[in-house]
Amino acid sequence: MRLWMLVAATIVLSFLSLFIGAIDIKPSDLLDWESDKMQIFLMSRVPRLMAIILAGAGMGISGLIMQSLSRNKFVSPTTSGTLDAAKLGIVVSMIFFTSVGYMEKIIFSFAFALIGMMVFMRLLESIKFKDVIFVPLIGIMYGNIIGAISTFLAYEADVLQSVDTFFLGSFTLVVSGRYELLYIAVPAIFLAYLYANKFTVAGMGEDFAKNLGLSYRTVLNLGLVLVAIISTTVVLTVGIIPFLGLIVPNLVSLYMGDNLRKTIPHTIFLGAAFLLMCDILSRLIVYPFEIPVNTTVAVIGSAIFLVMLFRGKAYAKK
Amino acid sequence: MRKNSTKLIFLAVIALVCIALFAFYNIQGGFSYAFPKRLERIAAMVITGTAIAYATVTFQTVTHNRLLTPSMMGVDSMYEVVQTIIFFFAGSASIFVVSRYLNFGLSIVAMVIFALILYRFLFRADKHPIFLLLLAGMIIGTLLGSLVTFLQVIIDPVEYESLQTRLFASFMNVKTELLLIAVIILGAAFIYGYRLLRDLDVMSLGRENAINLGVNYDRIVLKVLILSSVLIATSTALVGPITFLGLIVSNLAYQFFATYKHSVLIVGASLISIIALVGGQFLVLHVFQLSTTISVIINFVGGLYFIYLILKESRKAG
Repeated sequence: MRLWMLVAATIVLSFLSLFIGAIDIKPSDLLDWESDKMQIFLMSRVPRLMAIILAGAGMGISGLIMQSLSRNKFVSPTTSGTLDAAKLGIVVSMIFFTSVGYMEKIIFSFAFALIGMMVFMRLLESIKFKDVIFVPLIGIMYGNIIGAISTFLAYEADVLQSVDTFFLGSFTLVVSGRYELLYIAVPAIFLAYLYANKFTVAGMGEDFAKNLGLSYRTVLNLGLVLVAIISTTVVLTVGIIPFLGLIVPNLVSLYMGDNLRKTIPHTIFLGAAFLLMCDILSRLIVYPFEIPVNTTVAVIGSAIFLVMLFRGKAYAKK
Repeated sequence: MRKNSTKLIFLAVIALVCIALFAFYNIQGGFSYAFPKRLERIAAMVITGTAIAYATVTFQTVTHNRLLTPSMMGVDSMYEVVQTIIFFFAGSASIFVVSRYLNFGLSIVAMVIFALILYRFLFRADKHPIFLLLLAGMIIGTLLGSLVTFLQVIIDPVEYESLQTRLFASFMNVKTELLLIAVIILGAAFIYGYRLLRDLDVMSLGRENAINLGVNYDRIVLKVLILSSVLIATSTALVGPITFLGLIVSNLAYQFFATYKHSVLIVGASLISIIALVGGQFLVLHVFQLSTTISVIINFVGGLYFIYLILKESRKAG
């Protein structure tokens, strides 16, 4: 697949996304700058589109960074407890501060996501048996345990309902003023591109990286911080989007190989296009209502992952 | 053998103490109101505990693994999928919903068929390594879980309401109207399953050996898989899904009894799971006075235990 095809698909899907919704807006309505429809377009449709593109691209890149750092195709924010840790951070901030501002949520969620990932990476270092299937298995369980802690805390503090609503994973609440945090993902994605080669080298292991003159710890930590930033912003603005960081980089590497410099642009556009497609589906199936997009992503994503597990056994093993 | 029977008596005494504590501790005011309520809950926990222990141990014998359980592969989500599909296509006023027995029977038939297809796919001739099976099982569980949410969102809101009251079961909200059916099914399963126990003992030796010794291997595998699906369906309908209970109790029983005799293993695992449920619920309610449910705690403990078990397994493999 060529890059321009993905770009074209993203543009077509973006266009569709802008003109689908409960209120019928035609491109011709946009000629009148003062009309209500124009306002809806600017306040709701455009922010939504931007949020989807940023979240899709960001989750794709996060997965790619984690996969090259751990040298395991099936490690991603979903399969390493990162998203669950970010969620735990928000739950904790909701419990300990009676009036939680946006800032506390961001800081807590970011700190927890980072700690959660570091613990996971430590755990990986201590495991000798680095089977490609075994690592995500541990990761999913690790995420489940963190999730159980969140549920427990939320139960005890009686915030279960607000937590559940918070994480429904939907772009419906994305209106201007509520999604701008996601723009933090832009410099993070850019940095990921700059450091792409170094992540690959760091993935070769500490000794190898040092032999090549790479400051291993710095690169590793930078990678983890980038993933934590992207995951936090996505979780905070649109909720948990599962499997995206897992399947998008894998799909790209199926036809592009593993040269990060080349695969990053593909991952960005495939991630965005994939999430756009899921979002459009979620909006059309029960039109004019919506299905939470993370449900659609989970159904499609887990199905794709299963196919990868069984069909790609040869390539998954090594 | 003698030692094992002592251990069984020991466990039985603890289980009885737990039940007595749960039934009589701090029972105030309307004894005639509270006592029958408590008895109903105890009955539900005993039935669920036994059903899950029985299903898990036999399932693990015929699939030759000690890590994967029916619940972890989403067999209990399957119950919810079937219920949702019935509501989706037939509606809440249809005979399939109004008649409890027909509804239950239909769900069990559908689940067994579904489970058999799944097992046929996963366990064909032991080709897949255990970690792949575990990961695939867990992803299938996620897929089914999100499918339920997906269908529930697109369902008519009125239907959804009645579906929720039907599906929402927990130890706090036992579906008492199903208790009688559950007792009958469990009793039938035990009487029917009793004849299988000896064959299962032989089957622990492996397929070839068992066939040489005159066991109709494939037929019994089929019987056990059907039986375990029915039991899991019963327990899910009664108290909702408890993912990790089976894993914990079966592995504790293997460690505690160190025998291949299924009569001992199953009774032991059942007693352990009754202790875990009744005793655990007692601690949660009266000692720690938490508002959380025992399922949350079991999932937390079970997650940790599972990581411990697969780390142990990985040392064997690596």
